[in-house]
Amino acid sequence: MSAVRTALPLAAATVALAVVALMLGDYPLTVPQVLTALTGTSGFESTMVLEWRLPRVTAAILFGAALAISGALFQTLTRNPLGSPDLIGFATGSYTGVIVVTVVLGTSVVTTTAGALLGGLGTAILVYLLAYRRGVQGFRLIVVGIGVTAMLHALNTWLLLRAQEEVAMGAAIWGTGSLSLTSWSDVVPAVGVLLVTAPLVVWASRPLRQLELGDDAAAAHGVRVEPTRLAIIGLGILLTALVTAATGPIAFVALAAPQVAKRLWTGAGIPLVHSALTGAFLLLGADLLAQYVPAQPVPVGVVTVVLGGLYLLGVLIREARRA
Amino acid sequence: MEPSRLRADDVTLAYDGRVVSQGLDLAVPDGSFTVIVGPNACGKSTLLRGLARLLRPAAGQVVLDCRSVAELRTKEVARQVGLLPQTAVAPDGITVADLVARGRYPHQDLFRRDAAADRAAVAAALAATGTEELAQRPVDELSGGQRQRVWVAMALAQETPLLLLDEPTTYLDIAHQIELLDLFARLNDEGATLVAVLHDLNHAARYATHLVVMKDGAVVASGAPQEIVTADLIEEVFGLPSVVIDDPLTGRPLVVPHSASTRRSSPPERSAEAPRVP
Repeated sequence: MSAVRTALPLAAATVALAVVALMLGDYPLTVPQVLTALTGTSGFESTMVLEWRLPRVTAAILFGAALAISGALFQTLTRNPLGSPDLIGFATGSYTGVIVVTVVLGTSVVTTTAGALLGGLGTAILVYLLAYRRGVQGFRLIVVGIGVTAMLHALNTWLLLRAQEEVAMGAAIWGTGSLSLTSWSDVVPAVGVLLVTAPLVVWASRPLRQLELGDDAAAAHGVRVEPTRLAIIGLGILLTALVTAATGPIAFVALAAPQVAKRLWTGAGIPLVHSALTGAFLLLGADLLAQYVPAQPVPVGVVTVVLGGLYLLGVLIREARRA
Repeated sequence: MEPSRLRADDVTLAYDGRVVSQGLDLAVPDGSFTVIVGPNACGKSTLLRGLARLLRPAAGQVVLDCRSVAELRTKEVARQVGLLPQTAVAPDGITVADLVARGRYPHQDLFRRDAAADRAAVAAALAATGTEELAQRPVDELSGGQRQRVWVAMALAQETPLLLLDEPTTYLDIAHQIELLDLFARLNDEGATLVAVLHDLNHAARYATHLVVMKDGAVVASGAPQEIVTADLIEEVFGLPSVVIDDPLTGRPLVVPHSASTRRSSPPERSAEAPRVP
């Protein structure tokens, strides 16, 4: 299987990077120390690795994978490398939801999560309905999504300006996107929900390969095109919204990981497994950069925005050359 | 009345409330190579989309084996009726074999798939279309004629007794058109029932066993080409004066249209008896 052969190096690279992430910190460890600590038998070092560092590494891997799968689903459905949930408004909508609940109800994990989910889903429904004309086509979805994103940005700024200072600060910190979850109790619920979506992704992969062929061919092969597309869009939104609710908006991973993965394999279209592994690697790497490269650690969202900006510029330059 | 598994019963077909066909009846004779012709925007592709259940009739029903297709599971229909669509997209970098294998979708589900049957169906589809040597090539690199044969192979891999073809020869040169039509004729000889929308009247008259002529959303004439194609019918449907002669190779009707220059040089010809070619 060439799919397995090309996925293995990606998986190995991600594991290697995870080991590096577990080594780094205020109290650096060697590779053998990390491996011993992982068995839980080395006292303080085990506590440090298993309780402090592993939750963050786990979150980076799973959230990165979820964002990348979401991006792969959207880019396949829209047939466009820019058809990513962060560009078409869902992350911005989640942010709007969080600001609104923070202003109205104050900050807590429950309200933030609910606000992010409702904001993201509400935006998705709005974009879908505005783009709907005898079914949804990729390009219209992207254009409508970018328009809605711009309006939501304006709304977010207005809401933050009107909010009380400490409320605005809290919302703004969430809005940068961070993996600084410290304990398993924060990570486990998000991870649990993500694992529940895994069978849905497996289900979606087959009709997704049919929709790639165009609506007519997919329908001729027995796919119920519009309900299936709606279900896959819903799945993509769910993945993005779950991650966003836990971390705040993290740009670039959903956008770039599927395109990087596509270049790393030999098969057709955008591969879901490779995308997930690439996304895990990218988010883990971006989080390491965020923690250790600047003098003071910054939220990972800051790093991904910078990388995403460069990537987007690269895409635009390439498209401009081609045109 | 010939038996027909696929019928349109009193269907009204409409896009966004704009009615294209009203109260249309059509029976596809089993084992036929049915070809639908007519002027642009006469509703022939719309009718095919209706038969392929890509377009749900606003009224009436499309019937497959005495049951309305609206009531059948889409995969069940997809095991009986295949379609060569006008607009299909090959995913980036896909190989011919992988693309053809995607036609097996209605025979598979998440947990059950007969790998041996899939392989055999793909191999047979590649052989029938003469694309075996292309199997490992990326579809992006193929010529237009090769690509169209690969799409046909994908439809064949679906192994349906009924196959609908939406303008399969458009954008191909004359040699590739004939090659493809010969392939369809052979499939028809081997037992498949085919329904094609074609633009070229003479190809339609040569290959069809059952010709359906449409105008303004209605069926104007249907039957064997030899029996229905006349200069009067062509003028009525297309508004184009012509002479219909016997095709010297097949004896089927051959439509030779008048144009401004022929009308100027020989105006009385149009009503004259069609010249016979021995």
